[in-house]
Amino acid sequence: MKAMILKEFRELRRDRRTVAMLVVMPLLLLVIFGYAANFYVSSVKAAVVGPQAAQLAEQLPPYFDVTEVAPGSDEAGAEQLLQDNQVDVAFVTGTDPVLALVDGSNLFAAQSIVASLNKLGDQVSVQILYNPELTTSWVMVPAIIGLILTFIGTIITSIGLVREREAGTLEQLAVMPIRPSAVILGKITPYFILASIDMVIITVLGMLLFDVPFNGSPWVFALGAAIFLFVVLGLGVFISTVSQTTGQAIQLAFLMLLPQILLSGMIFPLDAMAAGVRWIGYLLPLTYFTMISQGVMLRGASFESLALPFAVLSVMAVVVFLGATLRFRRDLAPGRRAARRRAPAGTEA
Amino acid sequence: MSYGARDVTVRFGSMTALDSVTVEVEPGAVVAVVGGDGAGKSTLLRAVVGEVRVDSGTISAPGPSSIGYLPAGAGSWGGLTVTQNLDFAGGVYGLVGERLADRREALLHRAALEDARDRPASQLSGGMRRKLGFTMAAAHEPPLLVLDEPSTGVDPVSRMELWRLVTEAAASGAAVLLSTTYLDEAERAAHLVVLDQGRVLVEGDVDAVLASLPGTVVEVGTPTRLERSWRRGRVRHEYVPDGDATAGATVRPDLEDVVIALSIAGREGAL
Repeated sequence: MKAMILKEFRELRRDRRTVAMLVVMPLLLLVIFGYAANFYVSSVKAAVVGPQAAQLAEQLPPYFDVTEVAPGSDEAGAEQLLQDNQVDVAFVTGTDPVLALVDGSNLFAAQSIVASLNKLGDQVSVQILYNPELTTSWVMVPAIIGLILTFIGTIITSIGLVREREAGTLEQLAVMPIRPSAVILGKITPYFILASIDMVIITVLGMLLFDVPFNGSPWVFALGAAIFLFVVLGLGVFISTVSQTTGQAIQLAFLMLLPQILLSGMIFPLDAMAAGVRWIGYLLPLTYFTMISQGVMLRGASFESLALPFAVLSVMAVVVFLGATLRFRRDLAPGRRAARRRAPAGTEA
Repeated sequence: MSYGARDVTVRFGSMTALDSVTVEVEPGAVVAVVGGDGAGKSTLLRAVVGEVRVDSGTISAPGPSSIGYLPAGAGSWGGLTVTQNLDFAGGVYGLVGERLADRREALLHRAALEDARDRPASQLSGGMRRKLGFTMAAAHEPPLLVLDEPSTGVDPVSRMELWRLVTEAAASGAAVLLSTTYLDEAERAAHLVVLDQGRVLVEGDVDAVLASLPGTVVEVGTPTRLERSWRRGRVRHEYVPDGDATAGATVRPDLEDVVIALSIAGREGAL
């Protein structure tokens, strides 16, 4: 048994990634659950519209972070602010009682707002938009679509590529007259298509089984999903370039997947997280896809109102995908490309 | 037009995998690179096909569309059937329609893989899989065929069939550069390159390699220098660098004896 223990420690010493995971994972989980695992939203963004907007804004407790006071606006304007995800709650004055429109797509903020407003009794009439029953599945299904795309894009793609490396067939592909870009595109296109089909199935099933609405444009949703897929496929290609075995690829993919599940706002609201970990959430692609999927499906948000998540995802797609494919190209037939660089035009070296 | 490597040096970090290695192969010829594990055979072949960046020296090889390469691994996609593998390889090299079908059938027939055409490559025997790998590499009738240990782990009958395919390819004009650890089959090559620790110990045809050994090989009961001896069947052979025949009965060394003795001489700095 002593020999077995010694052998295991010696193997572990060389398997730095597993050792790093043994050290990093507990720390990661401790930090995440310590700072991010919080369902209580301590402050919500609020708008006040209508003739008595200024007065009401003054009277609201500090829990409501009033970011917009628009005396000239009305209920339609207030709804627009909610639809564009600029605020979590909009108070419409000029009616008796005051009307509070709550964004139900931001589940935990909405629950917190409703609980807070219920204390005011008859002074405020509460109307929850986009998710009137505050159903958890309505909020989760759009986020889970993103999670499934992440799973396929990151884990399945990286495994598919690493398997070629393990079998030695990647070496064979590198010598064949196929451009590295064609190898990459040829490998990821099936996953792109499969992930797209999965996305449609999950979306339709979510609508049929859980009555999740689809209020926005399918085209905006599809565009967001396509850009997001490029990001996660890029992550998959990147993982494959730094993994020699399927086991390593799965290990690394899960290491990338876990923060996306916990810090993207999918389970714990971003607004409730400590600032120290919230910024990690803002670096994760799933955060922005969830904004798009929840925005389009629940709030019927327009492309213009989702410009920020679209822009961030686009930048991520370009950076991650290009970086990953360049790394992949570098691994493919380095000798041939070096020779091509050295060889004069028109000759083969 | 010959292909190969001239004065090629390849380093992996601080380790020199190939040290000023030169190997040339003419169209219609088979050149075998022989040597033990870690000698640099695969690195040399991979450098020729552009899989490894050379630190210095020149690689002379046609473009990727004119190279057929069988790596040391499986050489085929386990999840695809024999036919699908051949169709993929042919398609990559521009064979389509009837031309692809004709070529596929001819290769299946020559490699005796007709009955296995619908079997996934992962379910083939080792020999059948290597033959499939060879047919994929040769599908487009490339001017240069590079085969990394095509017969390693293959049964004697399949080895014989593989060599028939190799010699047929050379007879039809291909330059064949292959590596092998089986010295009996290496004797079939027109030219041998003996590698050890990244250096060429000797090269030439079989007779030239056999004649290149300084000293003698003797048959001994008890070796005088264990590190210079090796077992051949029921007897031991020993390399005697100074040719002192009193150490045992002098034997006429075959290729295996010569390669082992050359490796010993090379490691002792005698070459």
